[in-house]
Amino acid sequence: MSNATKTPILEFRNINTHYGAVHILKDVNLAIYPGEMVCLLGGNASGKSTTLKTLLGMVTPTTGEVVLDGEVVNDKPTSYRVERGITMVPENRRLFKRLSVGENLQLGAYLRNDKDGIKNDLERIYDMFPRVKERLTQKAGTLSGGEQQMVAMGRALMASPRVLLMDEPSMGLAPALVQTNFELIQQIHEEGIAIFMVEQNANMALSIADRGWVLQTGKVVLDDTADALLQNPDLRKSYLGEA
Amino acid sequence: MTAAVKVKGARRTGVDWFLLFLRVLLIGLIAIGLLAFIAQQIDPNNWFARLTHDGEAASRLSWPQFRGLIVTGLSQGAMYGLIALGYSMVYGVLGFINFAHGEVFMVGAFTGFIMSNKFDEAGWWDGPIFIPVILITILVSTLVATATAVIMERVAYRPLRGSPRLIPLITSIGVSFFIQNAVILLFGPGAKGYPPNPDWLEETIPVVGIEVKKLLVIVVAAISMAGLWYFVERTKTGKAMRAVAEDKEIASLMGIDVNKTIVTTFAVGGAMAGIAGILWGILFKSVIATTGFLPGIKAFTAAVVGGVGNLGGAMAGGVSLGSAEALAPLMLLEPLGVEGPSQLRDAVVFTLLILVLLVKPTGLFGERLSSEDRA
Ligand SMILES: Nc1ncnc2c1ncn2[C@@H]1O[C@H](COP(=O)(O)OP(=O)(O)OP(=O)(O)O)[C@@H](O)[C@H]1O
Ligand SMILES: [Mg+2]
Repeated sequence: MSNATKTPILEFRNINTHYGAVHILKDVNLAIYPGEMVCLLGGNASGKSTTLKTLLGMVTPTTGEVVLDGEVVNDKPTSYRVERGITMVPENRRLFKRLSVGENLQLGAYLRNDKDGIKNDLERIYDMFPRVKERLTQKAGTLSGGEQQMVAMGRALMASPRVLLMDEPSMGLAPALVQTNFELIQQIHEEGIAIFMVEQNANMALSIADRGWVLQTGKVVLDDTADALLQNPDLRKSYLGEA
Repeated sequence: MTAAVKVKGARRTGVDWFLLFLRVLLIGLIAIGLLAFIAQQIDPNNWFARLTHDGEAASRLSWPQFRGLIVTGLSQGAMYGLIALGYSMVYGVLGFINFAHGEVFMVGAFTGFIMSNKFDEAGWWDGPIFIPVILITILVSTLVATATAVIMERVAYRPLRGSPRLIPLITSIGVSFFIQNAVILLFGPGAKGYPPNPDWLEETIPVVGIEVKKLLVIVVAAISMAGLWYFVERTKTGKAMRAVAEDKEIASLMGIDVNKTIVTTFAVGGAMAGIAGILWGILFKSVIATTGFLPGIKAFTAAVVGGVGNLGGAMAGGVSLGSAEALAPLMLLEPLGVEGPSQLRDAVVFTLLILVLLVKPTGLFGERLSSEDRA
């Protein structure tokens, strides 16, 4: 990786985020480069979801800079960042349950006006998830968890992102599906989309990622290549379940 | 599902028995009233009719009378439905009942009063160009009502975004008083009259026996509702609106401007109330600062009956409420021997509300919303 020569798509510079008086993210520095696959590990309540929300502007940091393509975007709304190619598959999928599957996908492309591109992307998603195509008129809330995951990924891809943030994509999936899910993520990555994944399943995530960070009570305690992290004894002990 | 769902076999409490009694009583009265009505249509001199009418025979309801009641019910109900949409939509996106919505309706009716009288002075109201003139009146009333709703959101409700839902609710009652009193200040407390309608509007269409003005009300309301339905279900903005109603955070993740969408919701709801206001003026020809109160409360009832947050339900709720209000006095109350049944129209509406809440608390078309579904 020759990251030193490229500009990151997304960057955190000394980010601090609070909820009220509670200090969540503490001096976090991150960078995601075009086409990378990176993952963020950490225990419950360590601030992983908060990191993603801060990147997207759904939460405003107290100090520090969120940088998008070299531009500080702290005071720019979420829509600005989505328009520039960042989007997210949120924790628990968060589909619009009372809307149909088709409408959920259309909303993913809310900011786009390129009719042909939208149509192409829809076709691509149908190819990737034939099951979704069969259920276009069904209310999203009535889908099974696995199907909801497909629609959530489809909805995010409809935004035609350059970076896809994924908050625990394998949560609640059967073990067999987890494997398929990771393969799909790899497939999306191979199309040139950078992936920033939050995962509890550290082994699986590190096996496909280039680099990773470990967050502990809002601080980045490890920042290394995936291989190095896989070998790290501390990490093995706390996240990979080895005594 | 919430804890409120009754566990099978759980012991009934005194309150449960009382509610069951109320249900049986209300449904029983409706059934007896209907049967008595049918019986006295067949034979006005049957024993039950004599019993309830102090020993005398009851009178039959003729077909034209019956038809008249239905048309009256539909036209009133259409207006309730139009107003109810605004309650339902705002509840959908912000989760509170905007009690000042009845005042938006009143502002529409007032604008109609001003416009129609200006046109009347110019001799255009009762003239050959009545159709374009009434369309302009509807348009302007709608715009003024829309503006009222939008300003209301900006000034009164947006600063309260994120506070507990009881707070905008209480504020809306204050806004309601404010608008009523502002109108009294500007136009005085008395009732204001619309100019007489053109003669042809007061006529009755021969064969079908429908008054032209009521037909006009029903047609305009139906077109407005169809338009709204298309807007909400088919357009991009409508989809954004439904997305915001469900999950504001994720809606913003789609790139939707949540504030703009909320303003749109108030605007569209206000437009519907404005249309209802001018229709009301044409039908009843008089408007007063408190005109918004009773129709507003009834439309709110219609929204609850239909399942608040559900637009089809609001329309259906309005129409059924209007029909019930028109039909029940003569089809249920009179056969039961109630004196002066037509004065009980308002009571009918609220009894219906209680009945629906007793039998299906989520409203006729309401889906049970788990609390996580609400923003
Ligand atoms: N909107 C909020 N208001 C107040 N506190 C919040 C809010 N959102 C999150 N928190 C708190 O911030 C902390 C970090 O939350 P976050 O969701 O980022 O954790 P996480 O690392 O994603 O955890 P998990 O693995 O359980 O998803 C938690 O203690 C949480 O309770
Ligand atoms: Mg999380």
